[in-house]
Amino acid sequence: MDFNLSLGSLASENKAIPLDHRRLYDVLILGGGPAALTAAVYCMRKGVVTALVTMDFGGQVAETSAVENYMGYKYIEGIQLAERFREQVNQFEISIAPGRRVSGIAPGNNWMVTLDDGSTCSGRSIIITTGKSWRKLNVPGEKELTGRGVAYCATCDAPLFAGRRVAVVGGGNSGVESAIDLAKIAESVTLVQVLPALTADRVLVDALAAYKNVTTLLEHEVAEIRGTASVSSVMVRARTGGAARELDVQGIFIEIGLVPNTDFVRGLLDLNEAGEIVVDSSCRTSAKGIFAAGDVTSVPFKQIIIAAGEGAKAALAACEYLMKNE
Amino acid sequence: MGILNDEVKKQMGAILSQLQSNVGIVFFGQEIECPTCRDTHLFLEELKSLSPKLGLQSYGLVKDAARAAELNVARVPAILLLDKDGRDTRIKFYGFPGGYEINSFLAAIMEVSGRKEPLPAPIMSRIAAISKDVHIQVFVTLSCPYCPNAVMTAHRLALENPRIRADMVESSTFTPLAIKYDVSSVPKTVINETKELIGAQPIEQLLDAIETL
Repeated sequence: MDFNLSLGSLASENKAIPLDHRRLYDVLILGGGPAALTAAVYCMRKGVVTALVTMDFGGQVAETSAVENYMGYKYIEGIQLAERFREQVNQFEISIAPGRRVSGIAPGNNWMVTLDDGSTCSGRSIIITTGKSWRKLNVPGEKELTGRGVAYCATCDAPLFAGRRVAVVGGGNSGVESAIDLAKIAESVTLVQVLPALTADRVLVDALAAYKNVTTLLEHEVAEIRGTASVSSVMVRARTGGAARELDVQGIFIEIGLVPNTDFVRGLLDLNEAGEIVVDSSCRTSAKGIFAAGDVTSVPFKQIIIAAGEGAKAALAACEYLMKNE
Repeated sequence: MGILNDEVKKQMGAILSQLQSNVGIVFFGQEIECPTCRDTHLFLEELKSLSPKLGLQSYGLVKDAARAAELNVARVPAILLLDKDGRDTRIKFYGFPGGYEINSFLAAIMEVSGRKEPLPAPIMSRIAAISKDVHIQVFVTLSCPYCPNAVMTAHRLALENPRIRADMVESSTFTPLAIKYDVSSVPKTVINETKELIGAQPIEQLLDAIETL
């Protein structure tokens, strides 16, 4: 039995305080992944009044099983690395609004941020580190049947599909990994890939080939997900043409990558074609006083260590901005 | 070979050293037709040995049917928590609380001992105003990083209002129950058989659902 323990903060010092909605913060950090938490440590060490608004601690790191390329740790579980980050932040008297998402940013004398519960807070500067979330297919039935057979987290939900028939969409690493996990317990797995070949790493593609209950449909796309109370079938169609056909499955796992969480700054900040916030080499965005770091930005290569480094840079750039604009 | 390795024991010991008052763990199992009962019991015995503030009582679902009925225990393995005065906290775990669920389990023990984060006053008054019987079931799998939050939210409600009871249900252990409630995604929270929430929702969402029962 494994134990994915992440309660280290209960055993260590926690000086964090609740967010004060009436206070004007020097820096508001939006997000809770490695970029956010690194920025928080840098801001607190600089002595600027800082608040952190986040749904969770660790972001995608907390969902990663093993991390073997974050310096200082030859091997660490994602959830444990996230916990170390959190402990390092909690040693400061930083304001934290946990379990909160940002719904909008409005300009004024300072920046005013609206949270998902309707409350607001304001900052002289903002660091956006809201990361990415799962990309959706945007086909009929997907939204209605999410959690009712449409799944985005194979490790979470695979055990619920033991002995059943499922489809997996996406031929990259996460799609093929999910197909392998599901092939071990499901009756059958149909892997749907839009490209002419699987793009996952060679070792994964070879591992998948060993399962006899897996069918791969290349150059196919999902047209519709059908079902009332739960998924009853999925319509797929060849990209080369022809009529759609029905796959008799009870579940569909969607593993087609990630999209940046930038809906709340659309129209306010310059975004690139991928929807990422465009930043310069000092993490500055197109709006004065707003900085961004990590996977949500246009910086190439999404890695934990890069996000953390960018978070440090954004914090220092924000502090410099505050000094010059006093 | 025990259930907990030395490293995990050390980490859990450090957390449990922060316990405020005593917490009573109650285990219900049975010797036949319960493949996970033995390991769950062994785990609890090892956990108990990590802190003098933890107690452990063990019962059989059939053998101690009267006690099971008194504590509303429906299936095994079941784990319940009692406060320092031996009162039922209405917090239950159905299934081995391993994987990510170790976090909701230890968090519940800490909260019952008195180590809990204060909730905002408006939330507390909404919880206090609930005057009907509420039964919350949170379906999880042990490989789900989002699930412990949903479990912790439900258990916190149970801890704050005696009309509320809240269960973690490990879906792979209790397959027929997961099928009955059509669980195809976790966490899934079922309230009084009639309302359901998908995903780990904030406490406000749970209260919204309860208030419209």
